[in-house]
Amino acid sequence: MDFTQQIAQYIITGLTIGAIYAIVAMGFNIIHNATGIVNFAQCEFISLGGMFMYSLVVLFKVNLVISFFISMVGVALIGALIEIGPIRHARSKEIIILIFLTIGLSEIIRGAAQEVWGTDNVGVPSFSGENPIHLLGGATIVPQHIWVVGITVLVMLMLRYFFKNTLMGKAMRATAVDRRAAALAGICVNRMILLSFAFSGALGAVAGMIIAPISTTSYDTGIMLGLKGFAAAILGGYGNFVGAILGGILLGILESLGAGLISSQYKDAIAFFVLLLVLFLKPTGIMGYGESERV
Amino acid sequence: MDVFFKHKDIYGFAVLAIIIVILPVFVESKYYFIVLNVIGLNTIVVVGLNLLIGFAGQISLGHAAFYGLGSYFSGILTVNYGFPLWPAMLVGMLATGIIAYLIGYPSLRLRGHYLVMATLGFGIIVNILMGELEHFTGGHDGLIGIPQLAIGGLTFDNDLKNFYLIWGFVFLSMLAARNLINSRVGRALRAVHGSETAANSLGINTADYKVKVFVLSAMFASISGSLYAHYITFISPSSYDFYYSIQVVTMVIVGGMGSLWGSLFGAGVLTFISEALHVAKQYHVIAYGVFLCLVLVFLPEGILVGFYNFFLRRKARKLIKRDEHLNIL
Repeated sequence: MDFTQQIAQYIITGLTIGAIYAIVAMGFNIIHNATGIVNFAQCEFISLGGMFMYSLVVLFKVNLVISFFISMVGVALIGALIEIGPIRHARSKEIIILIFLTIGLSEIIRGAAQEVWGTDNVGVPSFSGENPIHLLGGATIVPQHIWVVGITVLVMLMLRYFFKNTLMGKAMRATAVDRRAAALAGICVNRMILLSFAFSGALGAVAGMIIAPISTTSYDTGIMLGLKGFAAAILGGYGNFVGAILGGILLGILESLGAGLISSQYKDAIAFFVLLLVLFLKPTGIMGYGESERV
Repeated sequence: MDVFFKHKDIYGFAVLAIIIVILPVFVESKYYFIVLNVIGLNTIVVVGLNLLIGFAGQISLGHAAFYGLGSYFSGILTVNYGFPLWPAMLVGMLATGIIAYLIGYPSLRLRGHYLVMATLGFGIIVNILMGELEHFTGGHDGLIGIPQLAIGGLTFDNDLKNFYLIWGFVFLSMLAARNLINSRVGRALRAVHGSETAANSLGINTADYKVKVFVLSAMFASISGSLYAHYITFISPSSYDFYYSIQVVTMVIVGGMGSLWGSLFGAGVLTFISEALHVAKQYHVIAYGVFLCLVLVFLPEGILVGFYNFFLRRKARKLIKRDEHLNIL
């Protein structure tokens, strides 16, 4: 394989993983906009998505499409439960306490997942076979890569439609802009926050499910994917939806090129190095608009 | 003498000193010595981290890295380069402080929780480097043969001697933290935590104070890390992963954010619980999570402070009841 082919291959891999980061970053953003907190339980949503999918498809032999939707709804429910339970009933509403609370919740979920599924890495069958497709440049692509990118695009379009064109989406955006003003306008703010947790649960689950056939899954795959998704959200500008997509894709490609051209051992370090650089040079991210002033 | 006893907590320190001196008499097994020493090491990290969380209101998810930097600076300098022990520890502490400054300065100038992201990323990078820079760090197999600390002819070569060494440092670090809290700097930090805008308008350079306290807390962690390396004489990357960062954060919260004695309590209780759960290691994560969530939901001020406040309130209610017949209320 010559050099350009190699680069093309890296970029395709980067796009795929970048799509995952973009979905995860979107999940972080939705909750951040609704509540101002960083929801570290997002990482666990990814693991749960993958493991639900594995249980349903491999262990219980449920149809793939049905499993996909059951897992998505299941994790969305867990996200909603997190909000209805601990987050809503916390005595203190300080941001710092709520952030710690999501860390605690993610520990509980991860611990429980470890009890249920053990620590082994497990595989999930691809959505449509394993036969690689040869592209023009000489690079090859597994069908699952197309599924990942396709589903990501679909999810993004649906989110865009939801937030721009539906009453509930507009209400959620209003809550993000100013919670009190939204409440005064008759929006049930608590319900919007609940919805944002359910949404990011569903988004996390989708990310976990579509990547599982490529990279296998385990009770803690979500940690690295989630934290990198978080890095992607920062890179794009925390809270910014277009930024999440750009940040995700950029981070995915940088990571893939870095791993291929520099060293695969430092693959994980590259993403976080990018995160540090962004924080130091332009903390508002690519698409940021003064988010750093949020108190 | 009057100045010396101005603050009541000086009695607390006297009691702590007495307990430290006589406790080893009652400890028989080597195992409990190790547990106590680990509690001491964690306490030093937690005291420092609590200054950051409780007084500057900032979150660090990378304290495992600072703890690890202390360990690895001490380990690498003494094992690979034959550095003398105490200077290596000092170099580690200063280097960690400088690194913390480089991370803290850009991310603390901004409002909001940028430090949590920077420390998170930094922590993971450092942990990866510990495993990959095999030439220096010994890679995932770790670094062995780190010499034990010594003062003059006295080598800290058993658990009892290390107990006194480590708890001596615990005592000093708590005393230092107490003095800081009760000083002008401490009052400024509390003002920052209360309201950054108000503190700013009073002429407090809030960003500056936040960076300083972050650097200080990283240095506390570094000292503890150095002590750990010389005590255990073996270090490997797995002791300094993301999970350790979360553990120390949990200790701060369970003990009570901004509570000095709470730091000791939090480190003690949670280290003890991890040790008690050692047989069933898989429950570690769940136990920490449940503990963290329960405390955060029901006693956000921490267990020690939370119960203290609870009794204060009860006492106040009783007093009101007692004086009801006087009709003064």
